[in-house]
Amino acid sequence: MMGLLTNLKDSISRVTDRLFATEEPKRIGIYGPPNAGKTTLANRIARDWTGDAIGPESHVPHETRRARRKEDVEIERNGKSVSIDIVDTPGVTTKVDYKEFLDHDMEKDDAIRRSREATEGVAEAMHWLREDVDGVIYVLDSSTDPFTQVNTMLIGIIESRELPVLIFANKTDLEDSDVQRVADAFPEHETVPLSALEGNNMDEVYDKIAEYFG
Amino acid sequence: MPETTRDSDGVQIDLISGSRMDGLRSMEKIRLILDGVRDGNIVILEEGLSPDEESKLIEVTMTEISPDDFSGIEIESYPRAETANQSFLDKLMGRESTKKLTVIGPANQIETLHKDEQLISALVSRK
Repeated sequence: MMGLLTNLKDSISRVTDRLFATEEPKRIGIYGPPNAGKTTLANRIARDWTGDAIGPESHVPHETRRARRKEDVEIERNGKSVSIDIVDTPGVTTKVDYKEFLDHDMEKDDAIRRSREATEGVAEAMHWLREDVDGVIYVLDSSTDPFTQVNTMLIGIIESRELPVLIFANKTDLEDSDVQRVADAFPEHETVPLSALEGNNMDEVYDKIAEYFG
Repeated sequence: MPETTRDSDGVQIDLISGSRMDGLRSMEKIRLILDGVRDGNIVILEEGLSPDEESKLIEVTMTEISPDDFSGIEIESYPRAETANQSFLDKLMGRESTKKLTVIGPANQIETLHKDEQLISALVSRK
């Protein structure tokens, strides 16, 4: 009888351990317009904490045409460990014209296939944003104008879902980079400058990720 | 929308009032906008869309893009400055202050020349 009770107690505590002790990692979506450096950032974070990358980086827009995930990325900060799932999403836009890919040395068939995949990817990214992410890292190329309709709409969508969001002013290694312009565009949110490519200011990046999504 | 004979040289502009949109479901609004835009019209919404509707508009637009036929939309609205200053009561009651003039057109026919918090300037061309 006692043995049975002990067994029962053990199995109950195992279940409660699973329910309460190990918190599910937060799913953090990396969003932004095409060519902001989302995959470069996702790869930088994944390489720094897990050793492997998430996906290929490229100067051609819409290189990422499927949301790609890296699960259980453990980020250690001030003796504490934060676990997140990273979702690298395709760049969001309201238009895709296959002819633009023809400028990147692509055959027409390839360009059409790529544009079809790109549109599917954007639709998928929007779906993830409405249903499946717990927080957002919004990545912008700080050398370009942040006052675009896509940025305004996406930040509005993120705010309406009350998701925690960090604005990353990426590409600070570029001469035209203007972090203040990004900060001015989204005054209600915290802006973190970085160069994901060069690995500049990554300490602050990880501090903020732990602070916002831990 | 009532059928009219269209001058093939012109560009049709549909100005849709807030009260017309109020009576519609989200998908009906999106259909109304995209059907107009795919016909080559410029659609102007007096009161714009909610963030959720904007996200669905992007998603549905993406599923309808096809080579040499429809390359997507250009959309412009004034920045939603009110959300930050929205009162706690408004948020509690789910009253979203999203009323903002919004211009939507075919990506290959409308080009935004200038945009700031008070002015949107766009160039519209025939197909």
